[in-house]
Amino acid sequence: MDNIAGTKSSLTWAVHISVVVLVALWLFPTVGLFVSSFRTADQISSSGWWNALFPTEQSLTLRTASPEEQVLVDGVYVIEGNLFAGEGLSDEIDMSSWGTSSRDIGAYAPGDTAELRDGEQITVQANGNYRLQSPVEMEGGRGQRIFVTAELPPDFTLANYQQVLFSGDRTDSMTKAFFNTLTVTIPATIIPIVVAAFAAYALAWMDFAGRALLIAMVVGLLVVPLQLALIPLLKLHLGIGIGKGYLGTWLAHTGFGLPLAIYLLRNYMVGLPRDIIENARVDGATEFQIFVKIILPLSFPALASFAIFQFLWTWNDLLVAKVFLIDATGQTTVMTNQIVELLGTRGGNWEILATAAFVSIAVPLLVFFAMQKYLVRGLLAGSVK
Amino acid sequence: MNPAIQGLLTIAIGVGGCLSYFYFSNQFLDKVLFPAKGPNAGKNINRANLVRPWLFLLPAIFALGLYLAYPVIETIRLSLTERQTMPDGTTVYNFVGLANYSQMASEPKFWEAMRNNMLWLIVVPALSTAFGLLAAQLTDRISWGNIAKSLIFMPMAISFVGAAVIWKLVYDARPPGTEQIGVLNAIYTWMTGNDPQQWLTIPLWNSFLLMIVLIWIQTGFAMVILSAALRGIPEETIEAAIVDGANPFQIFFKIKMPQIAGTIVVVWTTITLVVLKIFDIVFAMTNGQWETQVLANYMFDKLFRANDWGVGSASAIVIMLLVTPILVWNVRNARKEMR
Repeated sequence: MDNIAGTKSSLTWAVHISVVVLVALWLFPTVGLFVSSFRTADQISSSGWWNALFPTEQSLTLRTASPEEQVLVDGVYVIEGNLFAGEGLSDEIDMSSWGTSSRDIGAYAPGDTAELRDGEQITVQANGNYRLQSPVEMEGGRGQRIFVTAELPPDFTLANYQQVLFSGDRTDSMTKAFFNTLTVTIPATIIPIVVAAFAAYALAWMDFAGRALLIAMVVGLLVVPLQLALIPLLKLHLGIGIGKGYLGTWLAHTGFGLPLAIYLLRNYMVGLPRDIIENARVDGATEFQIFVKIILPLSFPALASFAIFQFLWTWNDLLVAKVFLIDATGQTTVMTNQIVELLGTRGGNWEILATAAFVSIAVPLLVFFAMQKYLVRGLLAGSVK
Repeated sequence: MNPAIQGLLTIAIGVGGCLSYFYFSNQFLDKVLFPAKGPNAGKNINRANLVRPWLFLLPAIFALGLYLAYPVIETIRLSLTERQTMPDGTTVYNFVGLANYSQMASEPKFWEAMRNNMLWLIVVPALSTAFGLLAAQLTDRISWGNIAKSLIFMPMAISFVGAAVIWKLVYDARPPGTEQIGVLNAIYTWMTGNDPQQWLTIPLWNSFLLMIVLIWIQTGFAMVILSAALRGIPEETIEAAIVDGANPFQIFFKIKMPQIAGTIVVVWTTITLVVLKIFDIVFAMTNGQWETQVLANYMFDKLFRANDWGVGSASAIVIMLLVTPILVWNVRNARKEMR
C-alpha cells in the first residue's frame, strides 16, 4: 500500500523515523531491566543503565598492599605495587584523579605525591602504580586506602543470575518459585483445552435445543470479572476440603479459561468444511471418532492459539495464585508473588529485582517469539467479528 | 508428594479422565442405552443423538456453572450478609441488607478507587487504541514493519508484575545531587535542573504513571487487531479516493477510519474490560497508597487484609455492574451473528 498515501520520499522517511522512535520507546524500559540484570549493585546505583554500554567515570575505593609487604630500601620503608591489579582490574585504566581522604577523593592528579601522617608519602601514577614510603617502619594490618576516579570500560556480570538461580538463598532464590509456576501452568493449560474442545464441537456441529442460548451464555461469561469468583470459590474450596493448594488453583484456572477456550474453538470449528464431517457420518463414523480423528487434528491452529493465551495468562497470573494457592507457609509461592515480595523486602536492590523479573519474563517471551503467529491468529479470532 | 509429580498425575488423571469419560459415556449411549440395532434401531439412533450433545457439554457446563455462574449469585448473596464467627467456631452469615454497600459508600478510599477507575477507563483505552492505530498505520507501510510490530507487541507477553518492576526502574528516584538511575528523573533533572521527584508518591501524577504501564502493554494488542482491519479495507475505496485527489490525512480519517470503526469499538471494549479488572500493576507498584487505589485492589484489600467478606463482595458487585453493559452488548452482537 506504499503508493496509496502519496509517494513523496520525505513522507516515507518520516514514517521510518516515526517507527524507529516508537519501537525505541516501547523497547527502552525492557532493555533497561535487561541491562541492569547484568550489572553489579554498585554499578546500578552509581550510574543509569544507559551509561553501562559506554565507559563511565567511576569512583573506586582501593587499598595498597598491607604493611607486611614493606621493604627497606636506602633507609626508607617502601611498598610498591599496582592498585588495580589486586582488584582484578586491568592496569590499562587511566585514572583522572585520586585522593587519600573520603572527604576529598579527587585531591591529587596522577603522578602527584601526597603527604600522609607520620611522614609517610605516597605517589600514584595514572596506571595505578604506586610507591608508598615511610621513614619509620609502617604498622597495621591493612593497606592505605586510596580513592580513585577513573574511566572504566563497560563491565557485565552473571553474578546476579548465579544469586537468583543457584544460591538457594531464602529470599532471593527463584528456583523453587520457577518450578511452582511451572506446576501451576501446565495442567492449567492442558485440562481446559480438553474439556473445551468437546463442548466446542457440540456447540459447533450438533443440533440440539438450547444451543443458541448456551453460546450466548458462553459469550456472557467471557467477560465476567474473575474478582467475582474469588470469595465464593475460596469458601467452596475451604468447605469441601481442597483448601489452598495446586488442585484448587488448577480447577480455578480451568474454570476461568473455559469461556475463551470454548468461544475460540467453536468459532474455528464452525468454519471447518461441512463435507468432511458429513462424509464421515455417512461412512458410519461415530461422533466420538469424528471428533478425535478429524476435528481435533484440523483444529490444531485454534488449539495452539488458546494454549498460548492460557499459558501466558496462568504464568503471569498473580491474583488467582494469591487467593487459591499461596498459604501461610509460603512453600507454594509462584514467581509473580516472589517478585512482589522482593519489591517489598529488597526494593532498592535493583540487581536482584531486575534479575528475578527477567527470569520470570524469559519463558513467556520465548513462547511469544516462537509462537507469535498463533497468538495473533487467536487474538483476531477472539475479538474481530 | 512432590508437586511436580502431583502435577503430572493431575494432567494424566484430568486429561485421561476427560477422554475416558467422553469415550465410555458415548459407548454406553450407543451400545447399552440406545443400541443401533434390533427393532428400534432407527428410533434409538435418534434418541442417542438427542442425548449426545449433553454428554459432550457436561464437563464444560459443570465447570462454567460452578466456577463462573454460581459465584455471581453467591457474591450477590454474600454482599448482603455479614460473616460472623460463633463462639463454637462455626461461621454464620447474617443477612444485613444493604449495610455493606452503605458502609462502602461512606469510605473515602472507595470513592478514590471509583474516581481512579473512571480515570483509567477514559485514559487507557483511548491512548492504547490511538497508539495502536498509529503503530498499525505506520508499520504497515515499511519493509521491516513486521519486526517493528512484534517488538511493540512484545509487552503483551510480560506479566503485569514484571511490567511493574520494569517501570519502577524507569520511575526510580535517587537523592538530589547523586546520579539518577531512573530515566524519568534523569531527564527531568537534566531538563529543568530541579531536584528529582518521587514520582509514585505524587497524587494524580502517579495514577497516570501507572496507566502508562498498562497503555504500554495494551498498545500491541490494539495494533495487531487494527492492523488486520486496516489490511482488510478494500483497495478500491482507497484508490478511488486517491484518484479524487484526497491527501493522506483525508484518506486516513475519511476513508479508512469509518471502515474500521467497528473494530475500534471491539478493541476499545476489550481494553476496557482489562482496565476494569486491573489489579497487579497497582498492587505491585503502589498498593493503592498515595491515592492510587482502584476497585480490584480495594476489593483485595477488604478480602485479605481487612478480612471483610461482605464489603469485599459488595465491591466485586460494583465491578460486575460496570462490566454488565459490555456483557449485554457482546451477547446481543453474538446473537445477531448467529441468526
